[in-house]
Amino acid sequence: MQWEIVIGLEVHAQLSTGSKIFCGASTAFGAEPNTQADAVSLALPGVLPVLNRGAVERAIRFGLATGAHIAPRSVFARKNYFYPDLPKGYQISQFDLPVVGNGQLVIQVPAQDKSPAYEKVVRLTRAHLEEDAGKSLHEDFHGMTGIDLNRAGTPLLEIVSEPDMRSAAEAVAYAKALHSLVRWIGICDGNMQEGSFRCDANVSVRRPGAPLGTRREIKNLNSFRFLEQAINYEAQWQIDTLVNGGAIHQATVLFDPDKGETRMMRSKEEAHDYRYFPDPDLLPLEISEEWKAQVRATLPELPQAKQARYVGELGLSAYDASILTASREMADFFETALNPSPTLPLSGEGAVPTPLMTRGGREGFAGIEAKLCANWLIGEVSAQLNRDGLDMAQCPITGQQLGGMLQRISDGTISNSGAKEVFRTMWAEGGETDAIIESKGLKQVSDSGAIEALVDEIIAANSDKVAEYRSGKDKLFGFFVGLAMKASKGKANPAQLNEVLKRKLAG
Amino acid sequence: MINASIKQLSAALAAKTISSVELTQLYLERIARLNPGLNAYITLNPEVSLAQARAADARIAAGQADTLTGIPLAQKDIFCAKGWLTTCGSKMLHNFVSPYDAHVIEQFNRAGAVNLGKTNMDEFAMGSSNETSHYGPVKNPWDTARVPGGSSGGTAAAVAARLCAAATGTDTGGSIRQPAALCGISGLKPTYGVVSRYGMIAFASSLDQAGPMARGAEDLALLLNTMAGFDERDSTSLQRDKEDYARDLAKPLDGLRIGLPKEFFAEGMGSDVAQTVGTAIAEYKKLGASVVEVSLPNSKLSVPVYYVLAPAEASSNLSRFDGVRYGYRAPEYGDLADMYEKSRAQGFGAEVKRRIMIGTYVLSHGYYDAYYLQAQKIRRLIAQDFTEAFRQCDVIMGPTAPSTAFELGEKGDDPVQMYLSDIYTIAVNLAGLPGMSIPCGFGAANMPVGLQIIGNYFDEARMLNAAHQYQLATDWHSRAPNGI
Repeated sequence: MQWEIVIGLEVHAQLSTGSKIFCGASTAFGAEPNTQADAVSLALPGVLPVLNRGAVERAIRFGLATGAHIAPRSVFARKNYFYPDLPKGYQISQFDLPVVGNGQLVIQVPAQDKSPAYEKVVRLTRAHLEEDAGKSLHEDFHGMTGIDLNRAGTPLLEIVSEPDMRSAAEAVAYAKALHSLVRWIGICDGNMQEGSFRCDANVSVRRPGAPLGTRREIKNLNSFRFLEQAINYEAQWQIDTLVNGGAIHQATVLFDPDKGETRMMRSKEEAHDYRYFPDPDLLPLEISEEWKAQVRATLPELPQAKQARYVGELGLSAYDASILTASREMADFFETALNPSPTLPLSGEGAVPTPLMTRGGREGFAGIEAKLCANWLIGEVSAQLNRDGLDMAQCPITGQQLGGMLQRISDGTISNSGAKEVFRTMWAEGGETDAIIESKGLKQVSDSGAIEALVDEIIAANSDKVAEYRSGKDKLFGFFVGLAMKASKGKANPAQLNEVLKRKLAG
Repeated sequence: MINASIKQLSAALAAKTISSVELTQLYLERIARLNPGLNAYITLNPEVSLAQARAADARIAAGQADTLTGIPLAQKDIFCAKGWLTTCGSKMLHNFVSPYDAHVIEQFNRAGAVNLGKTNMDEFAMGSSNETSHYGPVKNPWDTARVPGGSSGGTAAAVAARLCAAATGTDTGGSIRQPAALCGISGLKPTYGVVSRYGMIAFASSLDQAGPMARGAEDLALLLNTMAGFDERDSTSLQRDKEDYARDLAKPLDGLRIGLPKEFFAEGMGSDVAQTVGTAIAEYKKLGASVVEVSLPNSKLSVPVYYVLAPAEASSNLSRFDGVRYGYRAPEYGDLADMYEKSRAQGFGAEVKRRIMIGTYVLSHGYYDAYYLQAQKIRRLIAQDFTEAFRQCDVIMGPTAPSTAFELGEKGDDPVQMYLSDIYTIAVNLAGLPGMSIPCGFGAANMPVGLQIIGNYFDEARMLNAAHQYQLATDWHSRAPNGI
């Protein structure tokens, strides 16, 4: 019998403001405990919150980027509960009137096993502003608990999806798309180790077509891998429970990454009554059309639009386009590599440059083929980053450097194998393509006379093999290529060499 | 000197007839002598007060004096003042020395005023008799067997007993006006948002408002000039041009239209209060005012509405007092929950706990709509009543409290009777309007009666004008209790 897994995610994205959401204390990560806890963070008697406009602006950016409704008027509410790292005894959040509602996010679910990659739209229920709590430190205090309020009051955007995901893979694809988007629009640094991007997953199972099952919420998943493991474990646990005649009760659970299991944190009966009510210390948040327009004017081109353009104008596959737009660094790198010297004339001397993407062509100014550029980025560059444990922002070579090399591939100066050598050198030691080609002698031989002479020599010296080839042993072609390449010290232009070899071997 | 107005004191300081140090010593000496019998102050810090006085004298000598420079004032113990014990009348904060100044304190410091001490109050401003203070009840200087009113009872008693030139109070449901009435002084609760709440320990944030308490309206105007003004640290502080609240004091009252709400003069008011207030209204007519009856039909609901909304906000505002970071923590406890329970059970008094429980209840899942939301709706109706009434009149007048000061312990075991002490004042807070109380005579047992003046939004200058003109024609505000 079939089971359907139903998943909705709640993501807490820490907004990249320099100061906290309701006071001027710094939000920098990693400071000595309580050095960023001012009177408001400590909730001293008499202090009051003042809303940080930068946090609101980031919420607006998010709303605009997801085609959401941005509420002209939203309300901050108090969520009341006691915990030592919650200094006021309530968290300022938004409840029935959130700042952002009804958005959507298009996600690319990668191919898996036998199923191909596909695109899916995930609806966003809402996104609201709230403050983070501090941290309880249970080590180093000899049986007591230490409280660090540096994080208390850090601005968060809680982004709530509809229960639209149907597998852990979809949930991960959604989380990754969201992670990419918040970084893309510059509202969150996305650092998951530092807790800047945290996921809660609501998971239920049902028979296809049946009403939604009872959900359990898995709290605080701080990596995509844990998100996937936790959902898969939880869904299987729920299915097993139901198959064995049990029932699912609404609960909050925690994922133990060491055991790979979820375990109960509290049941619905134990859930807090948060006694939400509008915070009388804060006025309703009003966002004017003017403010929205100002923010809209500063938004970068969004990944969706870029993807469409890469497919439509550059002729890339949807898959390549989605990878190239997985992060803004990647897309920026790609566009720079494709157009390494933007002042290069379009054609002829002194031609007026027009922006790359409006040309409608499939090549950059430098005559670099978009597909070649995409292949290098998705292939060599990504693989090398992976091997070195770096992300795109830490890439040791620039888009200009890669573009310079691609130009030399495109104009036939170097072969692919020569390019790999250039790339390795550039990665390890830096430097520009032309200088590396020069110093390593990688310039390929495209002089047809020289190649013909070289091929003639090989044919003359291997008459027996030539005979075999001519009698139908086609496989020997590679043998001749190898000899010719060796003789040219790898510098022969492979396309030219192939053409000459084929012609001369044919007799 | 102790009966001089602030304007007179300021002139004397400028003329060097007296120094701020001498004036401060005069008050400190009076406090040392009279406060033990009144319990008006919780904290004194004579060295700090005198240091401020010396600084004020230097400023006066340098010709840089402000109106309040060198004037000895008292501060309700609800305002955080740097280096001062700030208890809010609670055991919960018995050891809390504030590391920062409230906006109001900053403003007085900037003006060069002297802080004589922190005045006693009902615990977390919850009370109408000053009997809920952890530091013991304040006695009414007119009769020490009676309460001074509350919650700003310490301030009211200190002003009435001439233990300061003037002082601050806060008013959530009548906490400036009712004790002013019961102690025979003047007090003003400004329009909500006129005085920043930053550093004022919150009771019910949407109702709390600080204001001055003094013997006369002119003093109130001068204090308000210093206290009022936009403060970006309080989001509910109003961004308005600075105004001089004393600008209209001298205006004659010809043509002033006084609205008398028929609901305020119905049942519930003591006959002595009714008679005294009636005489005051008659005096206003003599001064050129006309009288019109107005109606505030929803004001009868203000006490129940208030006792939903104020405790709801308070239950949340007081959550920060958990024994974790500052204030009282139970000496012995088991786990975390036990620490919270014991610290709060021991640190809060009975009235505070009662209101936290009411507030927690009305905000609970399943009750919120029936209580909190319903109360918010009625709150709007109450405000609309005033808007309607102010179409017919310039100010509204009536009694401040239904009776004169009652005896200590008289209403101690009947919270509802106690809550009804604020029946005429609460609606003003719910509407966010300015209200004041001025002394207008004496009732039973020769205890003071207060006349309440309610103005339209931002009409403080007009109210102060009406009060001042009355005080030029009468001398109730100049009377002093026996032995003072």
